[in-house]
Amino acid sequence: MNNKTDAKKIIIDGLWRNNPVFKQVLGICSTLAVTNLVLNTVVMCVALVFTLSLSAASVSLLRKFTPRNIRMMIETLIIGFYVIIVDLVLKAYWPEMSTNLGPYVGLIITNCIVMGRCEAFGNTNPPGPTFLDGFFNALGYSFILLIIATIRELLGMGTILGYPMPYFSGPYWDKWIIMVAPPGAFFMLGVVTWIFRSIEIRKEQNTK
Amino acid sequence: MNAGPEISQAFVVCVSAVFTQNILLTYFLGLCPFLGVSREVKTATGLGFAVIFVLTTTCMLNWLVYHYVLVPLNLEFFRFILFIIIIAAFVQLVEMVLDRYSPFLYQQLGVFLPLITVNCAILGASLFMVIRDYSFIVTIGYGFGSGLGWFLAIIAMAGIRQKLANDRIPQGLQGPGITLIIAGLMALAFMGFTGVLQAR
Repeated sequence: MNNKTDAKKIIIDGLWRNNPVFKQVLGICSTLAVTNLVLNTVVMCVALVFTLSLSAASVSLLRKFTPRNIRMMIETLIIGFYVIIVDLVLKAYWPEMSTNLGPYVGLIITNCIVMGRCEAFGNTNPPGPTFLDGFFNALGYSFILLIIATIRELLGMGTILGYPMPYFSGPYWDKWIIMVAPPGAFFMLGVVTWIFRSIEIRKEQNTK
Repeated sequence: MNAGPEISQAFVVCVSAVFTQNILLTYFLGLCPFLGVSREVKTATGLGFAVIFVLTTTCMLNWLVYHYVLVPLNLEFFRFILFIIIIAAFVQLVEMVLDRYSPFLYQQLGVFLPLITVNCAILGASLFMVIRDYSFIVTIGYGFGSGLGWFLAIIAMAGIRQKLANDRIPQGLQGPGITLIIAGLMALAFMGFTGVLQAR
């Protein structure tokens, strides 16, 4: 029983209450760049879910054997290990995607959210909950990125996943090129943070 | 060997890394410290200088290691881990040297050095330099230019945020929200430089 409520709390925390993007504002560095196309974002998110959940679980498995003063280094190595797996798989089976994403796959290593979850949760908890925590944090991260990517691609190119959308790819829609350019990403993320934080603030005021 | 064209290419790459291809505003690298440490101009300056220095030197080190160790051994896929180890070790070394020989600099930059290890701009620049196949001289220009670009962006942002400190901003927009929107405006401004220089 107790376990169940714990799991539920972890899930809600990761997805909403402690969401990596609009609450912790972590790890937006490397992935904002790939949100101009939905497809790139999906691949990136899958890579992140894989890396984050497994590396957090590994950190937690090894937590009793890791000397405290070189902990960060070990964590980085573990994360690096999984990132290399992702990179090699992408290179082997989907080379175009690998060149599309460029250095951003490798940059998952320095993505603060991965390190953040390993440090904050993996260090003190057993592997099972840690895996869950990592997994749902990554999902919470992914769903925000997917919202951003969908809007950017729709407004900027008139397509979603490469398929033209009825109104937006037609002649009546002037494509907002700025949305697929870097400033669009900043604006979108700013606005999304704004909206979600406002919802959160309103909810808090209502419960008071 | 004629180094003339390479030096001029390095110069072009350097200038374009500062303005048209700013590592922060077009590649989104180093955003976490950018959002976190841009509240005051003074701290932003300290961090900016540390980034310029570390970025330039680690780019050079990583270039040497990549081309003289990893490529001959066919271990290119290992670069992620090796780069990050080199960056971490180098930062640690700089910290110790500063602590020993220059207490003044240590006081100014010491706090920021550990932060830099996890700054994606550092690793990102090294990975870009591998992907774009720069030569050694061009890499120096690129590393320095990227660092300078980051420095400029964070100082401008800190200045703007200091001005904004007393303004009334909607509650949900405070903190990261407004910072991101300002960054978007800055990115727009920097996009204006496109076309001044066309270089990769």
